[in-house]
Amino acid sequence: MEHTDFFEIGGKRLTSRLFTGTGKYGSDSLISSVCESSGSQVITVALRRVDLDKSADNVMRHIPAHMTLLPNTSGARTAGEAVRIARLARAMGCGNWIKIEVISDNRYLLPDGYETVRATEILAKEGFVVLPYMNPDLYVARALADAGAAAIMPLGAPIGTNRGLKTEEMIRILIEEMDLPIIVDAGIGTPSQACQAMEMGAAACLVNTAIATASDPVLMGRAFGRAVAAGREAWLAGPGAVATLAQASSPLTGFLDDPGAAS
Amino acid sequence: MSFLPEALRLSRAPLNERFEAATEDEAKSVISRERIDEHGFAALLSPAASPHLEAMARRAHELTLRHFGRTISLFTPLYVSNHCANHCRYCGFAAPNAIPRTRLSLDEVRAEGQAIAATGLKHLLLLTGEAPHKAGVEYLESCVRVLRPLFPSISLEVFPMETKDYARLARAGVDGLTVFQETYDPDLYAKLHPAGPKRDYAFRLDTPQRGAEAGLRVVNIGALLGLTDWRREIYATGLHAAWLQKRYPGVDVAVSLPRMRPHAGAFQPECIVSDRELVQAMTALRIFLPRLSITISTREAPAFRDNILPLGVTRMSAGVSTAVGGHAKPGQAGQFEISDPRSVAEIEAMLQSHGYQPVFKDWEPIEGCA
Repeated sequence: MEHTDFFEIGGKRLTSRLFTGTGKYGSDSLISSVCESSGSQVITVALRRVDLDKSADNVMRHIPAHMTLLPNTSGARTAGEAVRIARLARAMGCGNWIKIEVISDNRYLLPDGYETVRATEILAKEGFVVLPYMNPDLYVARALADAGAAAIMPLGAPIGTNRGLKTEEMIRILIEEMDLPIIVDAGIGTPSQACQAMEMGAAACLVNTAIATASDPVLMGRAFGRAVAAGREAWLAGPGAVATLAQASSPLTGFLDDPGAAS
Repeated sequence: MSFLPEALRLSRAPLNERFEAATEDEAKSVISRERIDEHGFAALLSPAASPHLEAMARRAHELTLRHFGRTISLFTPLYVSNHCANHCRYCGFAAPNAIPRTRLSLDEVRAEGQAIAATGLKHLLLLTGEAPHKAGVEYLESCVRVLRPLFPSISLEVFPMETKDYARLARAGVDGLTVFQETYDPDLYAKLHPAGPKRDYAFRLDTPQRGAEAGLRVVNIGALLGLTDWRREIYATGLHAAWLQKRYPGVDVAVSLPRMRPHAGAFQPECIVSDRELVQAMTALRIFLPRLSITISTREAPAFRDNILPLGVTRMSAGVSTAVGGHAKPGQAGQFEISDPRSVAEIEAMLQSHGYQPVFKDWEPIEGCA
């Protein structure tokens, strides 16, 4: 069957709506197998971990050539640091996509909305395809859109917690209100949660910890790939009507249709 | 703002009674809680928690996996000077010890750096004794400038400095600081540090926060286990780490768990911390502070280091020499005897065989930033 549901972003046309990551793997050699099993076409990598001097241990060596690289600014505590990391990533040949992470709280790893907007504004003007990681806040999302973001990446729960869509209602508002693609990032712990995000109308999901720390990351990657695709199809299909009450066997308004009961 | 009032409060608090009063039921219920206060932390350190060490280990493993994955960051110390004005009774470099004293020239520092870099390591811990007139801020700054091209991350384990000095070294390329309080008990501290600038308990205690205020990215604290009751020391260390995390949320707070080893002086550990107790200390810290970085050095023996990998460790030293100039010219006396002499390649292979990824590089220096 010909694929017609493309996800277009940053001048690229993607068939998979699952973005994956490179962190927390017991061995980087698993990364290429996960890319294959999950069908993912976009992968994020922390520039701080890239070691071009050490070819044998370089994480980039394990990323298949067809993947779109999404370098991230992990470690940045201010907009200025994020901007410098982004420029460094581009200079190192990692392309012009950048996932902005500006985090100055190591306990919860929550993103700093103000600094993220500032970094987005600067980098979008420099021609980057900017995907900012953010708290699902409508005002920040609008500011990011105005600043030139290519998509918005709200968190489902704090990074690495695998707790699922704790921010579901806020993400739903972003999906309804924003014209930009909403890519749910962080907190998704199970394929069913990714599926749920897609059923809600998210454009894509980014999943790293739940895959990388699974006992079998390759199998878990496949499960996430399928769940994201299933959720997307459900969204496209449109949900069936949902009844909140069962049909009562003795309707309370039944008397209205009973001529004998009429006064 | 200082941790001093809290440290003094802890030193006077009837902590032993609190540890003794904890019940097994209390300890069991704390293990699976998402949020733990200091009472819960005390319960995890208590004798009552000891029979539940397996449950603590499983919980610690789960939390470590969630937040750090199957990765261990590697680093090695580089001793550049062993001149020291302190009289720490437990240390091989203490001033009264008749050992050859030396400070590396910058060419020797470069040679050491190159020998370490050849092993693939990217994270370096620069060490000296406390003798600022022999190896002070200016000398360290020169060392950092020599080493920076070889190492994306350089931390210091030297002597307590003022904030402005840390800021100066941060501009030169330092991004982390290790400083052990040795003991949080001020009376014992005074006995163990009879002379030298290190006598100042309060100035040392506030060192991590001065580093954090100067913009350093990582501060690593610790108590030297074996000087006194380990439960009290770990309890104070955990509360100190939590205090730092809360006040400096942008800083990666790390804790080391150094157990005393034999050394050139006559001092022997006051109390021996058993393997089981060290595991209880580490897993309690992990459950109390799930995002805490935990460092294990080569003071520990190979088999023990291998076995504790899943229990909370996030950083390990490898290919270690504790002697000044010991990387380029092996065979000299060090600050303390190491128990794990394995090379970087051997540690790398060990981690891989246990399903862990050795992380050599986890920082990209950004021009103009700490």
